[in-house]
Amino acid sequence: MDELKRKISFNVNDEQVSLEVDIRTSLLEVLRNELHLTGVKQGCGVGECGACTVLIDGEPIDSCIYLAIWADGKTITTVEGLAKNGKLSKVQEAYVNEGAIQCGFCTPGLVLTTTALVEKGEQLTDEEIKREISGHFCRCTGYQKIFMAVKKVLEDK
Amino acid sequence: MSYRVIGKEVKRVDAVNKVTGKAKFTDDFFERDMLIGKVLRSPYAHAKIKNINVDKAKALEGVVEVLTYKDLPNIKYATAGHPYSLDPKHRDVADRTILTDKARHVGDSIAIVIAKDELIAEKALKLIEVDYEVLPFVLDPEKAMEPGAPIIHDDRPNNVISSVGQEFGNVDEDFKNADYVFTGEYETSVVQHCHLENHTAYAYMENDRIVIVSSTQIPHIARRIVAEALGLPWGKVRVIKPYIGGGFGNKQEVIVEPMVAAMTLAVNGRPVRYTMTREESFIATRTRHAMKFYMKTAVTKDHKLQAIHIKAISNNGAYASHGHSIIMSAISKFRPLYNFKSFKAEPKTVYTNLPSAGAMRGYGVPQIFFALESHLDDIAKKLNIDPIEFRMNNVIQAGHVDPISKLTVRTFGIPECIKKGKELIKWDEKQELYKNQTGEKRRGLGMACFSYFSGTYPVCLEVAGCRIAMNQDGSVQLMLGATEIGQGADTVFTQMAAEAIGIPVDMVHIISTQDTDVAPFDTGAYASRQTYITGAAVKQAAIEVKKQVLEIASRKTGLKVENLDIVDGKIIEVGLNRLICDISEIALEAFYDRIDSKPITSDTSVNVRTNAIAYGVSFAEVEVDMLTGQIEVLHLINVHDSGTIINPILAEGQVHGGVSMSLGAALSERLMFDERTGAPLNNNLLDYKLQTIMDTPNIEAHFVELPDPTGAFGQKSLGENPTISPAPAVRNAVLDATGVAFNKIPMNPQSVFEKFKEEGLL
Repeated sequence: MDELKRKISFNVNDEQVSLEVDIRTSLLEVLRNELHLTGVKQGCGVGECGACTVLIDGEPIDSCIYLAIWADGKTITTVEGLAKNGKLSKVQEAYVNEGAIQCGFCTPGLVLTTTALVEKGEQLTDEEIKREISGHFCRCTGYQKIFMAVKKVLEDK
Repeated sequence: MSYRVIGKEVKRVDAVNKVTGKAKFTDDFFERDMLIGKVLRSPYAHAKIKNINVDKAKALEGVVEVLTYKDLPNIKYATAGHPYSLDPKHRDVADRTILTDKARHVGDSIAIVIAKDELIAEKALKLIEVDYEVLPFVLDPEKAMEPGAPIIHDDRPNNVISSVGQEFGNVDEDFKNADYVFTGEYETSVVQHCHLENHTAYAYMENDRIVIVSSTQIPHIARRIVAEALGLPWGKVRVIKPYIGGGFGNKQEVIVEPMVAAMTLAVNGRPVRYTMTREESFIATRTRHAMKFYMKTAVTKDHKLQAIHIKAISNNGAYASHGHSIIMSAISKFRPLYNFKSFKAEPKTVYTNLPSAGAMRGYGVPQIFFALESHLDDIAKKLNIDPIEFRMNNVIQAGHVDPISKLTVRTFGIPECIKKGKELIKWDEKQELYKNQTGEKRRGLGMACFSYFSGTYPVCLEVAGCRIAMNQDGSVQLMLGATEIGQGADTVFTQMAAEAIGIPVDMVHIISTQDTDVAPFDTGAYASRQTYITGAAVKQAAIEVKKQVLEIASRKTGLKVENLDIVDGKIIEVGLNRLICDISEIALEAFYDRIDSKPITSDTSVNVRTNAIAYGVSFAEVEVDMLTGQIEVLHLINVHDSGTIINPILAEGQVHGGVSMSLGAALSERLMFDERTGAPLNNNLLDYKLQTIMDTPNIEAHFVELPDPTGAFGQKSLGENPTISPAPAVRNAVLDATGVAFNKIPMNPQSVFEKFKEEGLL
């Protein structure tokens, strides 16, 4: 049984964690089931929908198809790590203010991808913005207000 | 009517909770000793189980229990989330058991494994040995009705679930005397809800009661159906609904709840979770009925609609689910829009060996309006008249009473919706511009109208409960059985309570979780009913709370109740507008007065026996690539008559999402099945072709606000409405651009290309 376990450590939301994981588990499973970071959502489990997106060293990644052992030594941000001292991040505020949230299941992943875009600080056209966030499915909003939230927060920067 | 909170862009009450990841969905709760359930699904479209052996699966270390149909009560039940009916004839078709001894579609539920973890459960599924007797199957409903077709349920030898129809007037007479008669065939495909959160639930036992936490739109109905499926007294089941990741009708079905209840019963009440995979969700939940319509319409020479005869076939798949009520909804809800002298609908709802079709946003109405609005444009083209003029020449007026349902149209916003949409899309100007195009890329305009109901009256019961309890600081707890499923219900109910009591919205604490042990009775989120029906209950409860507050204020001041009011959480003397005291002072007195202590509460219920007909129109502008068959929607405008809009930003959100869903059905979405095996071909989010942000055009949402006198605040339905008219509007725009009438959706590049070849354009 032990050959299936490996000890890894990574930084998640500014906190260093070390834990023993089953080498077959995804980062999604470890974040949700071990660390109870349930803001990470599973919509498909095979990298199609984007709901499980987390930032790994600043890059948006589908955590459902990313093995937990690959996270060793990495810095990870989940949606729980965005608000500081009870204050929403600019991206979170934009999603709230623009009405970009409905059922909220796709929201954490989209907010993280948007955060990565803001951090990169590139000037993007409307089409480029859409391409950047096209890895996320949302069935509630028709993407209209999500697009407005992303555009607004990129412009405000 | 001037409101302080109604009609304002109040931010969602759950927005911060959701954007920080704190909002808890069903899978976000963890119980000690939680076991994992998995379901073995049929690889065959139609097969009898001759023998099933679970010994090897049971012997696997970590497997706690394995169940087959032999281990469960042999009770047939219905899964549709309708209110119970005291009239047995009005109940849904009870045609399924939790696990089956005969597979009726690929994905049917054969066995359950309960194990310590997911990997073990998966492994155990592979160890179950099933000896199937494979039977012939049928996927096409017209073939399913032919003599000699495979019989899917023994008590329906012709596979017809129901063929009850409706009519008024004398269609035969009107067709005989008609100046023109037009016919057309129109068809829609199987599509799916694709809520981002799959079906999921877990259950455990407390003493002898089963507690189920589930992603459901209908907790109170789920409780009843679980009890029915297991033969338990209804009170032995408790259903808790946390935040849910979308439903769109698919969670107005009781699918996983009886399974997890059976699972926990099998393991002495230990918690067991069952979460469907996305691939399972596509085939083992519900789909939207693929429908085929044969339309025949009589028109006079001055272009008045006379008679309409609709033959419809609804492909219901393997189990009845909502069954015939969906096509009945379609043929009822389309009627209060155009003036027909006579009408006859002959629908058939038919079993096939496809996954079961059930409720999906719009409930049959998107399908019938695809047919009707396409048909009207085809007629207008043949008569060489403007499609808008043709419609305007035939619309009803306020005061119209439906000859069958007797529902009265009290407000009718279609003329204003059309006027607004026509201006916004620059109809006349662009019609001129797009004449006589011959290039590789051609543009066109199209439009379509719709009507929809607010709730299910008079077909079903429309009951809703509301409880309000005032806290010591004058804020209130708002408790409902109605459910927030992403549409924003909690926020509009909060606004309604704040408005009717006279307090700020942040003094209303809505309880978002419905727990059937404590939540008032309400049948839940479906039929675009909650804002209209539950809204009436919220207003009634809030008025009662306000009355109690003012009675105490009257006692304190000696002023009459009618001379007092509550504004923004303050008690004032009307007229003088003089501040008397803060509402918290009244609340404290209500709680702690040594003689008159009686905390302020209201617990009430409404039985709404009206229906407000809502309307709307879509205008589409498209560009068609004549060589590749690619259709691009350049602009999509929806104008809605939904009465008073309670919250404009949320209302826009409903329109955007509904339009996007309809565009998907029009252009890309289709769940496909292998003709040779009945197996699904694209039951995943990659191949199904859900609309992404790259595919979605700029969607505009507009409203024509005509307050309906039966709405507590003048409101009518909105939730499902935007899903109805975009698809036919796009279809009509493609007709305008290319001259080609597409009578089947989706119009994906492949089907457009093939049709262009067929028409000799390529």
